[in-house]
Amino acid sequence: MTAMLTVSGLAKSFRLHLQGGTLLSVIERASFDVAAGQCAVLAGPSGSGKSSILKMVYGTYPCDRGEILVTCRGGPVDVAKADASVLRRLRRDTIGYVSQFLRVIPRVATLDVVAEPLIGLGHPPGEAKERAADLLTRLNLPEHLWDLPPATFSGGEQQRVNIARGLAHRYPLLLLDEPTASLDAENRAAVVALIQEARREGAAILGIFHDAEVREQLADRTIDVGDFAQAA
Amino acid sequence: MSGPDPLLSAKGVTKLYGRQVGCKDVTFALWPGEVLGVVGESGSGKTTLLRCLAGALPPSHGEVVYRPRDGEAQEIYAIGDARRRALQRSDWGFVYQTPAEGLRMTVSAGANIGERLMALGARHYGDIRTTALAWMERLEIDKRRIDERPEAFSGGMRQRLQIARNLVTGPRLLFMDEPTGGLDVSVQARLLDTLRGLVRDMGLSVVIVTHDLGVARLLADRMIVMKEGAVVEEGLTDQILEDPQHAYAQLLVSSILPA
Repeated sequence: MTAMLTVSGLAKSFRLHLQGGTLLSVIERASFDVAAGQCAVLAGPSGSGKSSILKMVYGTYPCDRGEILVTCRGGPVDVAKADASVLRRLRRDTIGYVSQFLRVIPRVATLDVVAEPLIGLGHPPGEAKERAADLLTRLNLPEHLWDLPPATFSGGEQQRVNIARGLAHRYPLLLLDEPTASLDAENRAAVVALIQEARREGAAILGIFHDAEVREQLADRTIDVGDFAQAA
Repeated sequence: MSGPDPLLSAKGVTKLYGRQVGCKDVTFALWPGEVLGVVGESGSGKTTLLRCLAGALPPSHGEVVYRPRDGEAQEIYAIGDARRRALQRSDWGFVYQTPAEGLRMTVSAGANIGERLMALGARHYGDIRTTALAWMERLEIDKRRIDERPEAFSGGMRQRLQIARNLVTGPRLLFMDEPTGGLDVSVQARLLDTLRGLVRDMGLSVVIVTHDLGVARLLADRMIVMKEGAVVEEGLTDQILEDPQHAYAQLLVSSILPA
């Protein structure tokens, strides 16, 4: 099976200019790959750099060294060297990122928040909203909330809106940072089912899940981030 | 994997005021549909750069290249004043921090919106008025105030009127200088919402100057951070906000008050 994501020799440190230039090394050398249709789970204690790896793959954190190759239609793209316009395009059609936090867009109705990424990709609005409605239904978000902006929703409701938005487009590569944190059992199961469906449809998934049961249901493979802290 | 052609590019743009540096050696590209935030403290050269980009201030050195709807990319100070002014009226808009600079305060709201249409040849009074009313509605300005002068408007409504006046001709590129600068926080939030919707619906490309990273966070896809006239860091908005590299960018981001 071909790798959708190939990470090699990745290193990340933070230079804290406001703390006298202290250098904080997080990842010394990370190498792994994730195939299409596979779910790889990043494991390791808090502070070991799991979220940093996801953010480097998404292009939010620049890395010090190494390669992050993502398979695209036109061939592999190295996220570590891609400029902003290429990254924006990758984020539009290839790489999805879901965290537990919704970046609230004020005054936009929930259904539109969820459908927006699909409309941005050129899907007809009707079709995009149908997909959005389907996702919100499966995530147990009551229909009377769909026309309201999510700004005033509870934490758990906002989180489910965020997951629906993140999974609306079938991204070939999904980065999931604790999407099920603080959800109740029923909604956790609904999220797990959606992630399993994305995997069945061929998405490569790289995720962080603290809940052992969720990990067991989803992980095809575990990547121990602790191994990346020492220089090879 | 190469992107489409940029809509606007700055190449080594430098503006000197005597021996004083306005901005120096600024180079970047703006892609179609992209919102670029220019951030930095007062005096960092943001407004000077914006005026150079918008055809209002010829740089001392460097080039500003614009790609028109159906034509070759052109250096905007090499095409002649008439052609540049035509672009300013049709393809570009410029929103000033102080609405009084961008509006004509002594003519009605409707005439303010209609002026650019008339400059492009619209003559039918009824059509112009209908279009003006539609734009007032789109910017959530009370349509019953079409015959009032902007002098009678609040700061927030004046700013909405200035934006309507700029967008009525369907420009592709909007320059904005601290558009929410002098407004109350609640008025500012509503205006940012409106702007965000307009940018998305019209597919506008925008260069927005702001010292407020919260404004940039909400609107900008990408940011450049300026200090003492020079660009010290450039990147996607989430990269600049979550992992700034330059010492000054770190200082700026650490100064944001938590939402």
